Amino acid sequence: MHSTRIIARLDIKGPNLVKGVHLEGLRVMGDPKLFAEGYYQDGVDEMIYMDTVASLYGRNSLTEFVNATAKSIFVPLTVGGGVRSLEDISNLLRAGADKVAINTAVIKNPELIREASKRFGAQCVVLSIEAKKMGDFKYECFTDNGRERTGVDVLEWCQRAEGLGAGEILLTSVDFEGTGMGYDIQLTRHVSDAVSIPVIASGGCGQSAHVAQAIVEGKADAVAMASVLHYGKLRDVVSTVVSQDFKEGNLNYLKDVSQGQALGRKNIAPLSISEIKEDLIRRGIPCRI
Amino acid sequence: MPDLKIAIIDYGLGNIFSIMRAVKFLGHNSVCTADPSDIMKADRVILPGVGAFGDGMAQLKGKGLDRVLAEYAQTGKPVLGICLGMQLLFTTSEEFGLNNGLNLVPGHVRRIPSSSPTDAPYKIPHVGWNSINPAGGWRGTVLENNQPGAFFYFVHSYRAIPERDEHVLATTSYGSVKFCSVVHKDNIFGCQFHPELSGPAGLAIYRQFIHGHLGSRHKVLGGA
Repeated sequence: MHSTRIIARLDIKGPNLVKGVHLEGLRVMGDPKLFAEGYYQDGVDEMIYMDTVASLYGRNSLTEFVNATAKSIFVPLTVGGGVRSLEDISNLLRAGADKVAINTAVIKNPELIREASKRFGAQCVVLSIEAKKMGDFKYECFTDNGRERTGVDVLEWCQRAEGLGAGEILLTSVDFEGTGMGYDIQLTRHVSDAVSIPVIASGGCGQSAHVAQAIVEGKADAVAMASVLHYGKLRDVVSTVVSQDFKEGNLNYLKDVSQGQALGRKNIAPLSISEIKEDLIRRGIPCRI
Repeated sequence: MPDLKIAIIDYGLGNIFSIMRAVKFLGHNSVCTADPSDIMKADRVILPGVGAFGDGMAQLKGKGLDRVLAEYAQTGKPVLGICLGMQLLFTTSEEFGLNNGLNLVPGHVRRIPSSSPTDAPYKIPHVGWNSINPAGGWRGTVLENNQPGAFFYFVHSYRAIPERDEHVLATTSYGSVKFCSVVHKDNIFGCQFHPELSGPAGLAIYRQFIHGHLGSRHKVLGGA
């Protein structure tokens, strides 16, 4: 029985797992290794590591982290952020990535999709899109964590990228990301209906009903989530996390948590992988358990 | 621990790193090689691969590895093909024109049929986790330590159709199609999915391939 993939998305800044709203206002959540290994043990189907500051520095700095975690994690790992060239892709695959997610570089040079797909196989080329709604059924691609406009229409770009050899689409709604208001169903369905490669819905998950909605109404082939899982995992690891010494980043949230503030955030329920999958199965959506 | 030689065939296609890491996780080193004498000396051979069938065969032939693999298969030592590596074990494929394969297992590789208007729609390629079901007993095979219904990670647009049902070890259903997801003929095994990306269930396949008693025609490792 084919099952829907439940994907944990880890946005990483320097040494820290971070989480923001609309891809901004990042708060430190803890050591990403603790979360990645925890999600694998909990039965996550796949993981995405995003270097959130890579575009600013023009390179992906996750190689070491990928290398350290891939030794003991045996589900597909997608790595994104600052991937510019065939050499960058080759280095990440060598470090332990199974797929790379590319946004800015292929907007600038769409031929990179064709070259990467030819050299490494379409299965490892994930087109990453940061979409913002600009009007009725009108979405535009953004880069740099939703800050820079590109003028490129999401739907046209998805279809073109499929033709160039992209293997999957990671479709992040900047409008919904981090809000816990649910996925952008219209956007997800709009793209999923238009391409035959898998579409991963990303951005907005606040409860497991949202996951079901993205699959049934949005026709997503896979669903990525961050906040719900991170706050859920913090339930297990909070004592370890608050005892760690963080060198950088916005630590106010972890300070509040260590002083007893409830986990989560407005509209976001802390959940584990198995809580989400059990809920989906109750709703008749097949999952791997 | 016996001195175990595991060779991963290097023909320029496929992400061999995750396979090497899975083997390493189970406590063994592997060599990624195209050298005939290294391959013939190995106790186990893994044939990886992603991409197109014709490119894969051209690369193997270009390095003379088609003959080496045929010779290796004759020794009775276990061979495991992964994804495209499984498809290459068969007689022919229709991917981008008709191409001959290694012919270690009689059968043909065909595209997964598209969904018809009467089906619930499904996409090609088939990407994601899907379950496998027994076709014949799993004892003495790479699946011995797996449960029927176990999930594995697939990425493919073509599927292999063995000529003989007895070579089908497990099947998987996708859309309206039921296809052979694990093939077994004597010492030759092939998985359409990626065990190295399939969590504990996938590691159990490598563990069995390396340490298990796979029939009787080959030297069993893990003893003396």
